[in-house]
Amino acid sequence: MKKDGTLHKYQRLKANLKSRKPFLRFFGLFLFLAVGLFPLSLVEANDFDSALRGLGNKSRAKLKVAVKRLGDIGNPAALPALVALKNKRLQVSEDGALIIIDESGDHGHDALSGKQVDIKSLDLSKPRINNSVRRVLSMAIGKIQLASDDPEVRLGAAKELLKRPSSDLVVLVEKSLNEESDDKVREIFLLVLAKEGLNSDDKEKRLQSLEVIAEYGNNDFKTDLEALVDKNEKGEYLENDPEIRKTASKAISSLERRQFFINQAANFFYGLSLGSILLLAALGLAITFGLMGVINMAHGEMLMIGAYSTFVVQNIFKEYLPEFFDWYLIPAIPIAFTVSAVIGVILERTIIRHLYGRPLETLLATWGISLVLIQSIRLIFGAQNVEVANPYYLSGGVEVMNGVVFPYSRIVIIIFVVFVVATVWALLQKTSLGLQVRAVTQNREMASCMGISTHKVDMYTFGLGSGVAGLGGLALSQIGNVGPELGQLYIVDSFMVVVLGGVGKIAGTVAGALGLGFINKFLEPVAGAVLGKIMVLVIVIVLIQKRPQGLFALKGRMADN
Amino acid sequence: MIKKIATLHSFKEWILTFILLGIALVLLPLLNLLVPEESVLHVPDYIFSLLGKYLCYALVALAVDLIWGYTGILSLGHGVFFSMGGYAMGMYLMRSIGKEGVYKSDLPDFMVFLDWKELPWYWYGFDYFAFTLLVILILPGLFAFTFGYFAFRSRIKGVYFAIITQAMTYALMLLFFRNNTGFGGNNGLTDFKRILGYSLQEPSTKLSLYIITIIVLFLSYLLSRYVVRSKLGRILTAIRDAESRVMFSGYNTLHYKLFVWTLSAFLCGIAGALYVPQVGIINPSEMQPSNSIEMAIWVAVGGRGTLSGALIGAGLVNGAKSWFTVAAPEYWLYFLGTLFIVLTLFFPKGLVGFFSRFSSKDKMREPS
Repeated sequence: MKKDGTLHKYQRLKANLKSRKPFLRFFGLFLFLAVGLFPLSLVEANDFDSALRGLGNKSRAKLKVAVKRLGDIGNPAALPALVALKNKRLQVSEDGALIIIDESGDHGHDALSGKQVDIKSLDLSKPRINNSVRRVLSMAIGKIQLASDDPEVRLGAAKELLKRPSSDLVVLVEKSLNEESDDKVREIFLLVLAKEGLNSDDKEKRLQSLEVIAEYGNNDFKTDLEALVDKNEKGEYLENDPEIRKTASKAISSLERRQFFINQAANFFYGLSLGSILLLAALGLAITFGLMGVINMAHGEMLMIGAYSTFVVQNIFKEYLPEFFDWYLIPAIPIAFTVSAVIGVILERTIIRHLYGRPLETLLATWGISLVLIQSIRLIFGAQNVEVANPYYLSGGVEVMNGVVFPYSRIVIIIFVVFVVATVWALLQKTSLGLQVRAVTQNREMASCMGISTHKVDMYTFGLGSGVAGLGGLALSQIGNVGPELGQLYIVDSFMVVVLGGVGKIAGTVAGALGLGFINKFLEPVAGAVLGKIMVLVIVIVLIQKRPQGLFALKGRMADN
Repeated sequence: MIKKIATLHSFKEWILTFILLGIALVLLPLLNLLVPEESVLHVPDYIFSLLGKYLCYALVALAVDLIWGYTGILSLGHGVFFSMGGYAMGMYLMRSIGKEGVYKSDLPDFMVFLDWKELPWYWYGFDYFAFTLLVILILPGLFAFTFGYFAFRSRIKGVYFAIITQAMTYALMLLFFRNNTGFGGNNGLTDFKRILGYSLQEPSTKLSLYIITIIVLFLSYLLSRYVVRSKLGRILTAIRDAESRVMFSGYNTLHYKLFVWTLSAFLCGIAGALYVPQVGIINPSEMQPSNSIEMAIWVAVGGRGTLSGALIGAGLVNGAKSWFTVAAPEYWLYFLGTLFIVLTLFFPKGLVGFFSRFSSKDKMREPS
């Protein structure tokens, strides 16, 4: 009966896993478990079962024995129960059944059979664990994980070990090092051994450890290494061996070099990411400013409308097409574009058109529009932020280096921006509408005389600019909060992009946006976010001292109007 | 001198000015002090704080009108100058709390809360009112002068200038929001007790502040009137209407713009300093870009290029704001937004312009 129960659980896990997405690596673990456990003999299963049930023991000594036994058996099926015990989510019912409570605390299932149980109907008690139990627990969990077939699990266990070393497990690591096939795991294993080796009596071993740390280590090792080169209060070196001291200080500088490099890479990436968002936000602004000479203060609200459109599309998918939920972003792209573009066109037709030639008043009128739009969104969706979920293919990220993760969402946004900008560029450079837009930008009267309907050009361009901002809102919804004030957060920065990049040329806007993005992100660690912003402003003002019409100003007679 | 001042207004206008001054300076205080409380004619105490606040806004509107209405330069950063005056006054008021704060410390409460041990250097001197006054009169103007010099020198104008000033106020707002900057973070400076030894809670102090505000506003009005009626004022208007032509005529427009810009910031700083003791708080939200844009709408409502329009507009918009925030807070932004749109579309000259359309004598000058 018991055996059936256990097997049933493995089967269920296995069946459950195949349908999961590859990114949900955690569940991959169970797949490996299920495959690995088939040859389990009856005796082992019985032994395992009794050890597992021992987790519910009231006596701490017996509990420890059970935990140890589970660790020795090395059966990964015990992991959920062990982890639950460690996190105080394992409870025992009156008749001795082990119940694992899930993280929300509302549901529970039997640790042996895997069956869902109604936790409210049971009288549950928690096994009492203390630090000594916890030590044994960590050991058992580490043991099972290190022996796992899934490199991710081994990596996780090794990283945990790096943070909280335990000599028993280090022995295990040493044994399995040679059989380790995954390079990343091997690297961490080496570091674990190196950390242990630093305290060894063998000088050769210590030097080797230092070299390993210098090659693979990260900043966490710095304190260990600094202890080797430090002096005590009397001015004597804590470390007697000068050779070790020398190698240690070399290792420190190599760590620092690497850290610096990692930081710069991260700054570069996040600067690029910020710049690409700003680019989407400012592109439409720059085009319409170049074309009509007006600044649209409601442009930020087009971002917000794009983000809220995404939110609405997401909700429609959640409600009516839950099986395709992860693909809601694809239809959201044209929808966000269209909604913002249509609202932009309406604004142009009804209000901005009438203010032609009065740029300052347009500024005020569009500010009024933005107030109305913000308040409308507040009344429709509430003043709180709304939640826009990442589809699975945008959650997570690539770990490019130890500790530096580039989220997929940001990478995809950068690619998306490149695509949008290329499209807009092609539209302006390669189509007849684009030709007309450029003509009107250069000389409105003359273009009008040549038979171009400037009003139509204005309208289309305004729609295009607003639509692009809507796409910016869609992108923003994937990396930040969506709320009524979303547009306000980005509008000042997008103005700065326009000021810096000048108008009339996409290259200018691209340079302005990326420049601002990089300046912001590279200044942030030095000066802090706020001072960084202020310095950006100062830089912009200094730059336009030299080039009043922006870095990429149009040359010739239309430079001064 | 007096003759010169007298020519600032026509006889009829002087009569009107003095009637208004009489009502504000004599009638209202008398109705407050002499008429018993149960009478309908009694003016309650709180009116003076409220009116004082509006009068400060009117002074701001005057300042914005000088630079925008007369010179055609739209600033979206006047909140900064207002806040500079306000913070300077706030710092003095903070220092005069003495040891009566919550923590009974010589330092302002927020510094004790942040575990600061001594006063930052830029707080030195604010124990003295004379020093504070000096800072209020000099700092906003000096800051404006420096900023304006670099901006105007590189011929930043129009929309560009508006955006740059907006970025300026935005950046300074972020700076003041930080606790480390040393101005109380997002709570700002508040819980003031007294000014020059007089308790701020006393009705008599409030009344005095109100009267001082009126006098300052009146003098600022006369000064502005003098400026816009002078030859200098005509050049300013000319700059608004056709800057290139003014330059071709041999004027260095940089000097004129810089002068009126600095004067405007100076008035704005004074308004901030008068505002703080009457309202009892100054915090970084005064530097929100939206606040500075609202200042522009006060002027636009009344009518750009007319000083009286600016004063009327500030009163009307803020009166409406006070009413809305009590009666229908969620519709205030709708109202304000629509006001921006309708005004610019249909009443570009504001109320004064709208009404003077009916009196052919007083032709309005075309605002750009």
